[in-house]
Amino acid sequence: MRIKCPYCGERDLGEFTYLGAADPKRPDPGSADAASAFVDYVYLRENPAGPNAEFWYHGGGCRSWLRVVRDTRNHEIESVALAKPGEGKP
Amino acid sequence: MRYSALSLLTHGLTGNKGWGQVWRKPEPKPAYDAVIVGGGHGLATAYYLAKEHGMTNIAVLEKGYLGSGNIGRNTTIIRSNYMLPGNNAFYERAMTLWEGLAQDLNFNTMVSQRGILNVFHSDPQRNAYARRGNAMRLLGVDAELLSRDQVRKLLPFADFDNARFPIRGALMQPRGGTVRHDAVVWGYARAADERGVDIIEHCEVTGIRVEDGKIKGVETTRGFIAAPKVGLAVAGNSSRVAAMAGIRLPIEAHVIQAFVTEGLKPLIDNVVTFGAGHFYVSQSDKGGLVFGGDLDGYNSYAQRGNLPVVEDVAEGGLALFPNLARLRILRSWAGLLDMSMDGSPIIDKTDIGGLYLSCGWCYGGFKATPASGESFAYLIAQDAPNGLIRPFRLDRYARGAVLDEKGMGAQPNLH
Repeated sequence: MRIKCPYCGERDLGEFTYLGAADPKRPDPGSADAASAFVDYVYLRENPAGPNAEFWYHGGGCRSWLRVVRDTRNHEIESVALAKPGEGKP
Repeated sequence: MRYSALSLLTHGLTGNKGWGQVWRKPEPKPAYDAVIVGGGHGLATAYYLAKEHGMTNIAVLEKGYLGSGNIGRNTTIIRSNYMLPGNNAFYERAMTLWEGLAQDLNFNTMVSQRGILNVFHSDPQRNAYARRGNAMRLLGVDAELLSRDQVRKLLPFADFDNARFPIRGALMQPRGGTVRHDAVVWGYARAADERGVDIIEHCEVTGIRVEDGKIKGVETTRGFIAAPKVGLAVAGNSSRVAAMAGIRLPIEAHVIQAFVTEGLKPLIDNVVTFGAGHFYVSQSDKGGLVFGGDLDGYNSYAQRGNLPVVEDVAEGGLALFPNLARLRILRSWAGLLDMSMDGSPIIDKTDIGGLYLSCGWCYGGFKATPASGESFAYLIAQDAPNGLIRPFRLDRYARGAVLDEKGMGAQPNLH
């Protein structure tokens, strides 16, 4: 598996670190259902067999956080973009 | 047919022509008292349902052929060297059942309690392993802290004076070891079949029918099968199957690789793990070294891994045993893991009446097979958990009662 970093180009998997799914959004801690929303955010996952939006860190290169859409059935990468603030987990 | 020395002798002298089919290949009936999905832990579950709870009008559904899933893709290690009380008692129950399994099933499961050594390389790691060993002994499980010289007697060819990772000693569980994984499948299948359980191969679940909050049965590639009780034991694909019933799980699917070398004369007598990286190894009865390492670390249903982990495993192996350098790897493969959010399994009822869940087995499912089957059978038959699986409830995440053996938090690829 190789990931095409927007800065560095196509690089070996060994340069990257995986965080996890990009879709969980941190809930508002002040909301009424915060306790159950945080359980959902921290623990529950869609875990799709198919395209999965996920965060990777390019520690062996430009040190950017990337948002990668990758098919979990065959490891084919559909898209790679720089992660943006407010987009998800980190 | 009961297997014995006499039956072996008789059939041996008559050209081995009299051996019958070991289990039937029945067509699925339209309805059962219970349906177990998954022909791994599910086989064990069906066996104990029939044996302990008298439920014989039941079926096990396997989407491939029997043994094609994780139960035939693991590295066959059994151990109960867990530190947390919930895990420890459960895996120790599995170990006790392993010890009597061949007699129980009347099938040679080749249980080999050759001992497992967790090698350590530094003083802090010695402390950590001593703590684990003491926790095990407090709970009645065998554990011994071996000195460097004691390890040298067992593994004279290891690299004791490695510049970065010298061997300081090891934590040993003498009762740990290996089991022939295929024999476990065949033994449970034969014993369950003898008690009337229908084992239905090539039957994939495509839907779960629920009415008024109660289970009605499962849609499969071989038609609808009605059942008032359905147990899901499909680790690897739990999220996908549970989603058919509208359940989201605290689980990610991950991939772990394993390797086998060409056959060798007896070299490694025990199961050995490297403490400064990710590498573990045992030698099969055929002579090949069976070894593996860490997860690849990203979500995957592909059942194949990537090169960085292959390199990492090889580096770990060579740091421990330099004499492996010239061995050729015969084959490698990957298994599909149900990584739970705390690294411990989940066996519980669901909010849907009659639907039961056994999942989140991480990379420790094989060693748990007998206890998992026994406990899951109890849960399905009695609609209540036995004492062993109370810590494994699905709601433990919401209650903050996680069982995080490695202390990694909700990050499945680190467990």
